[in-house]
Amino acid sequence: MSAIDQYISLYEHNREAIDSNAPHALNRLRPDALSALKRFGRFPGKRDEGYTKVSVEDMFAPDFGVNITRVPFAVDVARSFRCDVPNVSTLLGVVVNDSFRPTATLLKNCPEGVTVDSLASVAASDPDFIKEYLGRLSDNRDAAAALNTLLMKEGVVVRVRAGVKLDKAIQIVNIFNASADFMAVRRVLVVIEDDASARILFCDHSQSGDFKYLSSLVTEVFLHRGASLDYCDIEESTEQTSRMSQLFISQDEGSRLTVNGTSLTVGTTRNEYKVDINGSHCDTEIAVMAIADRKQTIDNSARINHFAPRSRSNQLFKYLLDEQSQGAFEGLIYVAPDAVHTEAYQTDRNLLASADARMHTAPQLEIYCDDVKCSHGAATGQLDQNALFYMQTRGVPKSEARMMLMQAFMSDVIDRVAIEGLRDRLRHLVERRLSGEHAACGDCAASCHN
Amino acid sequence: MSQDKDTSNKRETGSDDVIRDVTGSEYKYGFVSDIDSDIIERGLNEDVVRLISKKKGEPDWLLDFRLKAFRYWETLKMPTWAHLDIPPIDYQAISYYAAPKKKESPKSLDEVDPQLLDTFNRLGIPLEEQKALSGMAVDAVMDSVSVKTTHREKLAELGIIFCSFSEAVKDYPDLVRKYLGKVVSYRDNFFAALNSAVFSDGSFVYIPKGVRCPMELSTYFRINASGTGQFERTLIVADDDSYVSYLEGCTAPMRDENQLHAAIVEIIVEERAEVKYSTVQNWYAGDKDGKGGVYNFVTKRGLCRGDFSKISWTQVETGSAITWKYPGCILAGEGSVGEFYSVAVTNNYQQADTGTKMIHIGKNSRSTIVSKGISAGHSQNSYRGLVSVAPDASGVRNYTQCDSLLLSSTCGAHTFPYIDVKNDTAIVEHEATTSKISEDQLFYCNQRGIPTEEAVALIVNGYAKEVMNKLPMEFAVEAQKLLSITLEGSVG
Repeated sequence: MSAIDQYISLYEHNREAIDSNAPHALNRLRPDALSALKRFGRFPGKRDEGYTKVSVEDMFAPDFGVNITRVPFAVDVARSFRCDVPNVSTLLGVVVNDSFRPTATLLKNCPEGVTVDSLASVAASDPDFIKEYLGRLSDNRDAAAALNTLLMKEGVVVRVRAGVKLDKAIQIVNIFNASADFMAVRRVLVVIEDDASARILFCDHSQSGDFKYLSSLVTEVFLHRGASLDYCDIEESTEQTSRMSQLFISQDEGSRLTVNGTSLTVGTTRNEYKVDINGSHCDTEIAVMAIADRKQTIDNSARINHFAPRSRSNQLFKYLLDEQSQGAFEGLIYVAPDAVHTEAYQTDRNLLASADARMHTAPQLEIYCDDVKCSHGAATGQLDQNALFYMQTRGVPKSEARMMLMQAFMSDVIDRVAIEGLRDRLRHLVERRLSGEHAACGDCAASCHN
Repeated sequence: MSQDKDTSNKRETGSDDVIRDVTGSEYKYGFVSDIDSDIIERGLNEDVVRLISKKKGEPDWLLDFRLKAFRYWETLKMPTWAHLDIPPIDYQAISYYAAPKKKESPKSLDEVDPQLLDTFNRLGIPLEEQKALSGMAVDAVMDSVSVKTTHREKLAELGIIFCSFSEAVKDYPDLVRKYLGKVVSYRDNFFAALNSAVFSDGSFVYIPKGVRCPMELSTYFRINASGTGQFERTLIVADDDSYVSYLEGCTAPMRDENQLHAAIVEIIVEERAEVKYSTVQNWYAGDKDGKGGVYNFVTKRGLCRGDFSKISWTQVETGSAITWKYPGCILAGEGSVGEFYSVAVTNNYQQADTGTKMIHIGKNSRSTIVSKGISAGHSQNSYRGLVSVAPDASGVRNYTQCDSLLLSSTCGAHTFPYIDVKNDTAIVEHEATTSKISEDQLFYCNQRGIPTEEAVALIVNGYAKEVMNKLPMEFAVEAQKLLSITLEGSVG
């Protein structure tokens, strides 16, 4: 029996409980998701193209608890309140597993034309908005996305209305909190309307201790004409945590996007980045770094679809793998027949720091148009011995020299982070991560790792 | 069928026209030789496998091998993962054995069917002894059966065995049995299983210890009879400290239907030995509307078993309606070297999904991959390659470069590399670019008085040169001619 069947039967047995605890705007998407799940029959496994290192089937196979009846979680929001980035004044919201709780600053400082709210309440208050956007990009295109749609009840909506330039960054802290094996189904919808701009930072933390935790996350982002978005996503969870994150982005003409993904401490994580460039003169920048050790597994997959001419995209993925960790990268640039003058680049650089670390990479190009500039490059290796030697001759101890080189390796990803203050913070986190300290956020009151 | 185009009056045309002209020439090997063939009934079942084996007078162990492969093949479905649009193939509509009819086995060239000699003459194969000066030993495989192997005596003096596969089975059964299926098992893939069940002939090469083969060994493959498939098998064994350069060329007549070519090439290289395997593949590619043409689904793999052994694959792929092959190297020996140089040209409605596999198992093994794709017309050209480094393979070095050149707005160029590293001392690099012929380069050439057509030729030629340079002299000329035919007469 495939893991998918347990979810289908879970839904079929609890249909009423699920539907009665969620607004109609969400429930109306479930029948299609159900039939899609039945059609897929199983989650992709390691034998499937594009899933060579992380079996989604295995990820979803354990018997997780699912919060069907919306029992509130006892997490002190105020305690998590300080889990922010120093020197960055943000509009902070907290998501516990899947339910969104705004903070007092958010409620007080949220400017006009900006909505940062829970999915359920927006679905109840503005169902037309949800109907217009929700599920349009994820479109049940694979089993994990369909399952998220089938079971989603809560999440976050960020909406920035036309012309609003939001100068403060929005920070959403996701706290994984469970006292049993648990699966959280989280859904995020971001709509940046014409000529608006925003910066959003998502931080994933875990308080679930030794329990198995699965985070099923689907994020849909719509960038309208001339919109601008800087999107950062940091995961610092535990080795018991599995994360299946799918980020679907649609870009209209003249929009600008940067996506920064950072995996610092994970169990098994799979991040999918799917960007559809539907208008000309778009700019897309994806910069992702992953640091893993012990038996952690990080699998990133990126697909950039250039459907329109004269757009530019650039992807940079960097992995630092130590001990028995595994990394995987599958990237694809697709250029449609009419997408002339596309510029698309893709770079993957990987450092293996131990004999047992494994890296699998597949940077791919699919190009149906002749007037384009596309390139990709991938390299897997280790620290430059000459550089190490040189630094030692200058009196830098070997361990410190290694540290400096590793930090330098990651610095070009960090340099691309658009939120000032976060860059320093990330440098600090990377330094601590590399020096072997658990990368707990030092002054985070959530004490995720205690 | 060759056509000489008047190049002088084209100088006025724009570069688009030139590219269209350049990519629009026809197949000159599309003649059919009127030779009596012994073709068995179409269809595939155990009896057919037994019949092929019986016709070839094979020993029981080989029949067992075929039957095992056939039974395994029956459990398989044709894979669909490639970036290819393959119309369904009816495996029961193919005749699995077609041999030029023999009266008696020919003792000298005089007894060989003159039509057949004419065929090979038209192909430009130095089959006849009078062409011995060209310095090649040739084994020509027509449809399924090896027709004539030249220079054998001369090679035999050095202990080199170069003969058709069926002769090898008769004369050197121990050698064949020792090596057959050791690199490409019948369980390897769908087409390997099919080939193992029905292969009809091919070439066998054995280079003894310390021998450097004094001439290029060459095989010419041709599908002639209609409704047949060609399933040949090549087995090359290079013993310690030996060297051989092996060439393979392929043509087929023009037919409306699609013909299937599913071959296996196995190479085993022992300590410090080197095998250089060059292919110029020019199977019929179908007409301008994509009708007909050969399906070229080939499994080629070499095993660098000994330390410091080397395999070098060079391929120029200009033909076939669909090309689907990944010549690979298993680099098991310490310090072994694998090389892959490829130019794949697709035009009209041709499709290619080709590349290589470099499996690094031995310490300090090295590999280089240079792949140049050129797509024109409505064709789809994909590079797909695997570089894998085993956990114990320390000090591995790989460099991969794959470039694609697009000559029309309706074609596609794709790159699907897979890099799997399980050792921290490995350095693996991959680079790829995709672009069309640069307007700047064309303009620069024009400005220096080089007409657009010649400029396109110059640029394409320069683009492919890195690979063409790796071909042995005898083949480089032919390969350049082939590029000329696929991309008009001005190239090369």
